[in-house]
Amino acid sequence: MSALPLTGRAARDRKPHALNEWRALGGYESVVHALRGEPLQVLEQVERAALHGRGGAGFPAARKWRFMPARGTTPGDGANYLIVNGDEMEPGAFKDRLLLEALPHQVVEGAILVAYACHASEVIMLIRDAYRSAIDGMERAIAEARQAGLLGTDILSSGFSLEMRVHASAGRYIVGEETALIAALEGGRAVPRKRPPFPAQSGLWGRPTMVNNVETVSCVPHIVTQGPDWFRSLSLTEEGGTKLFGVSGRVRRPQLIEAAMGTTARELIERCGGVSGDGVLRCFQPGGGASGFLEAAELDVPLDFAHVRQAGSSFGTGTLIVLDGTACPIGVVARHQRFYARESCGWCTPCRDGLPWVSRILDALEDGTAVSEDLEVLRMTAAQAGPHGRTFCDLMGGAMSSLASALERFSALFDEHLAGGCPQRVASR
Amino acid sequence: MTLPPEIVSGIRRAVAEHGGVRAAMLEALRLIQHAEGWVSDARLAAAAELLGVTTAELDSVATFYSMIFRRPVGARLILLCDGAVCHLNGADAVRDAVVARLGINPGETTADGTYTLLSIACVGGCDRAPAAVLGRDRKLTGPVFPDNIDALLADAG
Amino acid sequence: MKVEIEIDGRTVTVDAGKDLLSTCLEHGVDVPHFCWHGALGSVGACRLCAVTVRDDPHDAVGRVEMACMTGVAAGQHIRVDDPQAAEFRARVIEWLMVNHPHDCAVCEAGGACHLQDMTVQSGHRTRRFRFRKRTHRNQYLGPFLTHEMNRCIACYRCTRFYRGYAGGRDLDVFGSGERVYFGRAADGVLESPFAGNLAEVCPTGVFNDKGWSQHYARPWDLRLTASICPHCAVGCNLTLAERHGKLRRVENRYHGAINGHFLCDRGRFGPLFVEAAARLDVARHREAPIDLQAALALARTMLADDAIGIGSVRASLEANFALRRLVGPERFFIGVSDTEAVLVRRMATLLRRGPSRIASLEAIETADAALVLGEDLTGTAPRAALALRQAVRGAEKALAAAKGVAAWLDEGVRVAGEGRRSPLILLTAAPDALDEVATLSLRRNPSAIAAFGLDVAAALRGEPVADADANATARILAAAHAPLVVAGAGLLDAAIVEAAAAVATALGARAALALFPTECNSIGCALMGGDGLDSAVTALEGAGEHAPAAMILEADLYARADPAVVDRLFAAAATTIALDCLATRTTARADLVLPVASFAEAAGTTVNHEGRAQRGFAARPGRMPASWRLLSELRPGLFAVDAPALDDVLVALAQDCPALAAAASAAPHADFRTPYGRVARAPQPFSGRTASDAAGRTVDGTPPSDPDSPLSWSMEGAHGVQVPAALATGAAAPGEHSPYAVWRAQTRIGGPLRGGDPGVPLIVVGALPDDDANVIPPVSVGVQEIPGPTLLLIPLHDPFTATELDGASALLAERAPAPRLVLHPADAAALGLSAGGAALLDGVPLAARVLLDDGLPRGLAGLSTVAFGRRGPPRRGRLEPA
Repeated sequence: MSALPLTGRAARDRKPHALNEWRALGGYESVVHALRGEPLQVLEQVERAALHGRGGAGFPAARKWRFMPARGTTPGDGANYLIVNGDEMEPGAFKDRLLLEALPHQVVEGAILVAYACHASEVIMLIRDAYRSAIDGMERAIAEARQAGLLGTDILSSGFSLEMRVHASAGRYIVGEETALIAALEGGRAVPRKRPPFPAQSGLWGRPTMVNNVETVSCVPHIVTQGPDWFRSLSLTEEGGTKLFGVSGRVRRPQLIEAAMGTTARELIERCGGVSGDGVLRCFQPGGGASGFLEAAELDVPLDFAHVRQAGSSFGTGTLIVLDGTACPIGVVARHQRFYARESCGWCTPCRDGLPWVSRILDALEDGTAVSEDLEVLRMTAAQAGPHGRTFCDLMGGAMSSLASALERFSALFDEHLAGGCPQRVASR
Repeated sequence: MTLPPEIVSGIRRAVAEHGGVRAAMLEALRLIQHAEGWVSDARLAAAAELLGVTTAELDSVATFYSMIFRRPVGARLILLCDGAVCHLNGADAVRDAVVARLGINPGETTADGTYTLLSIACVGGCDRAPAAVLGRDRKLTGPVFPDNIDALLADAG
Repeated sequence: MKVEIEIDGRTVTVDAGKDLLSTCLEHGVDVPHFCWHGALGSVGACRLCAVTVRDDPHDAVGRVEMACMTGVAAGQHIRVDDPQAAEFRARVIEWLMVNHPHDCAVCEAGGACHLQDMTVQSGHRTRRFRFRKRTHRNQYLGPFLTHEMNRCIACYRCTRFYRGYAGGRDLDVFGSGERVYFGRAADGVLESPFAGNLAEVCPTGVFNDKGWSQHYARPWDLRLTASICPHCAVGCNLTLAERHGKLRRVENRYHGAINGHFLCDRGRFGPLFVEAAARLDVARHREAPIDLQAALALARTMLADDAIGIGSVRASLEANFALRRLVGPERFFIGVSDTEAVLVRRMATLLRRGPSRIASLEAIETADAALVLGEDLTGTAPRAALALRQAVRGAEKALAAAKGVAAWLDEGVRVAGEGRRSPLILLTAAPDALDEVATLSLRRNPSAIAAFGLDVAAALRGEPVADADANATARILAAAHAPLVVAGAGLLDAAIVEAAAAVATALGARAALALFPTECNSIGCALMGGDGLDSAVTALEGAGEHAPAAMILEADLYARADPAVVDRLFAAAATTIALDCLATRTTARADLVLPVASFAEAAGTTVNHEGRAQRGFAARPGRMPASWRLLSELRPGLFAVDAPALDDVLVALAQDCPALAAAASAAPHADFRTPYGRVARAPQPFSGRTASDAAGRTVDGTPPSDPDSPLSWSMEGAHGVQVPAALATGAAAPGEHSPYAVWRAQTRIGGPLRGGDPGVPLIVVGALPDDDANVIPPVSVGVQEIPGPTLLLIPLHDPFTATELDGASALLAERAPAPRLVLHPADAAALGLSAGGAALLDGVPLAARVLLDDGLPRGLAGLSTVAFGRRGPPRRGRLEPA
């Protein structure tokens, strides 16, 4: 039993496996096993395994699946859908790229299981345009699986039929938001939709739809073959399994590390060769661009959804961005806000009109052209637009988390910038 | 201006596979873009006609997505990441070097039409920061250094 | 079901299943908002309607929620005036002001701008944004609307109306983030005939009425008057805005059962014809202008020995009645062909016969299955076509409801509805704008359309019918709760109308029947009685050298009947007198021309397709008198009193024509007063009286009086909600100066106006006096083969131009399509005609280009109405290359 189920079979050069190679490694046994039983059994296994969604929100995966109705029970006509969200674009996130490029059959295998548990009849793998080789590799993997009778009608004589295809996006971070993703698949602009109704009630084309992240789906085959207790045992906390952590920024060897859920930032940074630059940790974002800053005092917080929330930040994608003593958090926040402002879909007022203003102010702080009223505006925006429900979706909330935590933790630094611009320019490596 | 036959058949296949005309709009644009680097007004109008949607409807979708280019793009496309992690690893200096070398700013194409430079984020290359994505095949490359621009430009085709 | 909630400390009992915003508005609590719209539902884009919600009393703080996106729930406590919510709303305005330009002083929306109102309400005052605003380039969008994109606040209402409500496809949103852009793919004329509504739908100054924009004034300088659209038989309610003696703009006047919040472009831009150069303002005797008194003297002489009167389907009941009284009922005719006169009289009878209900536009919108026989609604009654588009969404709404999606969640409903459409079966001769929403669209020639209708009626009665589509249609209609049958006078085909009525009768009382005659008072004339022009000519010719004079009321007869018949009228009559507000081919031929007020300069009552009598009022003091007033001067004592007013005419009308007696109550009488006196056309801050105009003249003087209505021309009197709906002078209220303020006048969002929607029904179902009501004129059953070489000519209607009124509006004339002759390619080939070519019709050159359309059934030739030349019974014609 591999302690690194997610990445254990990945080739160093990320070359994906052909179907026979994957099967030789034990691939698709989970499908054979699961299809002999009932969909509810798969769901219950994943529930007991305490798998939390790995896309950023951390909602217990199987609990979300319970909302999916059985086939034929929803008024209207059409399929039930599972969408695998491969639109990774959160700043600092690079984990799904590995899973998609190197382990497409793992994703396909997981998707079959999740579709079975969710009563889905069609799977759409949404992969971002920039991950070209992943798109090509996934299409090949799906074709191989179909050829081998693992997709299509009456799979392995189980009575379960499933179609699967790849759909490529064309940029836009917001496509990663599950309702915006659904809008994009319908051929529209990726503008989020109000929930309720939840996608399980009315999603793609108004049909019951489940959206899961690539990493979430990739965990499922292992839960089915090795059992939920094993999966739980891999973790250091109540949230089961391993996590594909990413560490980047000011560390000597930025990389992906599959490790137990609940691993600390201290350990991850150590495994990356420690902090680079001046070697001293200034602060870090535990969950990618849309999470609040934590500092040295929080290096030993077990990294999972519950603990990081308790510590005042969010676990998000589990990809850490590390700053050393020579890196300016305000510069980092400025780059984040520039990104979020650019990526605003333009639907609701505070995000569309508030973020570019914030971005300009942060740029002005960096050049030393900011005025004190600008700081008022930053505080105002974080306070007014940050809380849940103020904006139509959570892009703004995510964007404001780094700004709000910087305003709180580094307020003196803001004053220094006001006085004369960024006291530390970012040094090249 | 009629669409090349392979694009027409690609679009028709997309309509069949993606569950209808609407769902195939973005794929239609990607197909044109992959073949020609960008989507011109004429190509957009032709695709709209083939799909049976209006040019407004197709352009509404095209202009939303940052990776559908509605202006000519050079044969050599350089997408430099300007996200926070790449910034921490010297992306600004790389950008400055590319700008100095090519004589254009992000969002522009060189006068001879060869190179187009764009800023995007995040490209999922944080472990190879500062990262860039090159060419029509969106090849990920990194880390890129200011004194290594030649290799970058050569790879951009 | 009702629940109790608390709004700002007040406990109210409200309808469950609604959103909080609608609920607050219905209970008189003004929650600021932009993107929500009473006809478009909630989408949650602008974030302005933030209120603080506490789910239970123990929650001390509450959370900020968007009222439009929150469903009502028992026990909710909502605070609009809560500091948390108020602060957020002010910030939303501040964010919108980041890019909004400082255009107020030069923006034509100023003073009646919803963004201004909301900004003032929010308390946001000082700009902190110090960077560069984003700017846009504007587009040319056609003759009706301006485009000023810098002002856009991205509320998305324009695309939601244009695309989601009106079905237009050439306007959309482009780009993303703060650069979102609302416009066309490229400059060009907006195609939808409902595009003009964008001027009111847009809460700021992006889209404005272009005519208005060129000559705009501030709302406090405008007089507003209630009027009724004269451009088709729907009778939409209008508000006309006047300043310094000129009509400046037409806006929608909400009517819960007819036009709701929207107009069509013909009705919005048509009325500006009253400012056209073609207006008649001088009496003429054969080419020479003469003084009005001299003209009246001359007219008295001409009328001394016998006269016939030709009434008008576009003139008011009062005008027609005055003429009828003047010449006597046996001498009174209607200025349309006999075919049309008989057809419209028959329509009135069929509507009265029942048992089906008479369909209002509201009934059309709520039908759950519809059959349209022959009528191109988008061309003949555009606003009714817009209503039918909403009906088609019924199935989508039902499926969404079955999935538990709230009805007010506009996008959620559209998604959950899986694109379902309520059945709309459309049978027309030519390709139709409603084809794209119809569930079944069949192209048939007129007799086949009638045959189809009769087949459906037969199938409904249980008789065997061979046609599979007719059987399927019958099943669909039979299964519906509120089936609708629609027909009209568009093809002037009596058999089609009979067939429609037969279907409605077979369906019974739960069905609604909509029959659309051609013009705004066609039904009024039909109820008044009178034969058509052919009969008039017969009478004239029969009198030989003792032929009487002919007095023609407010119509270009050449546009309404066979020109040959009209020529005969002029030849046979001893002399001809024409009364009109516009110079036309008829006034050009008449011996004596008397200028009269247009519909916008005189009060008058018209009867729409439902039989609803409605009154419009003078929007500006006219230089010319109303035609009925002029006619009363021709015979003193015509209405028993000296100097009769409108009410005196209506009293006489009730005596002579009991069927029209109720028309007098279409609006309050002239002596009606509110507790504040008359109803003031001018707003309270009206500065027009003592302000000087651009030339430095002060236009003060004794305000004119209006004996025909309870309205005053000045600012003294009642305003806003103090005014009965039939007299409404705009919805503006303190703090709310834009069309958005209309919610205050509604009993519930989308419902009737307080005090009831205006108008009084003159046709009551089941009140059957007529002997001929039960006799169905014989109609041919079965499809007639149409042999060559002649083709059956059918008119191709157009939403922008129908009569000379539309042609006289410069803006509408710009949208009139090029005259066309549409043929099936095989027919064209057989005749030697090719696309783009010219043709002769019965030897006469046609001012139309040939267009080929394989959607047109064989044997038909479609002629655009302008090229058609005249309105008359269906006929065949010989076509050949020119």
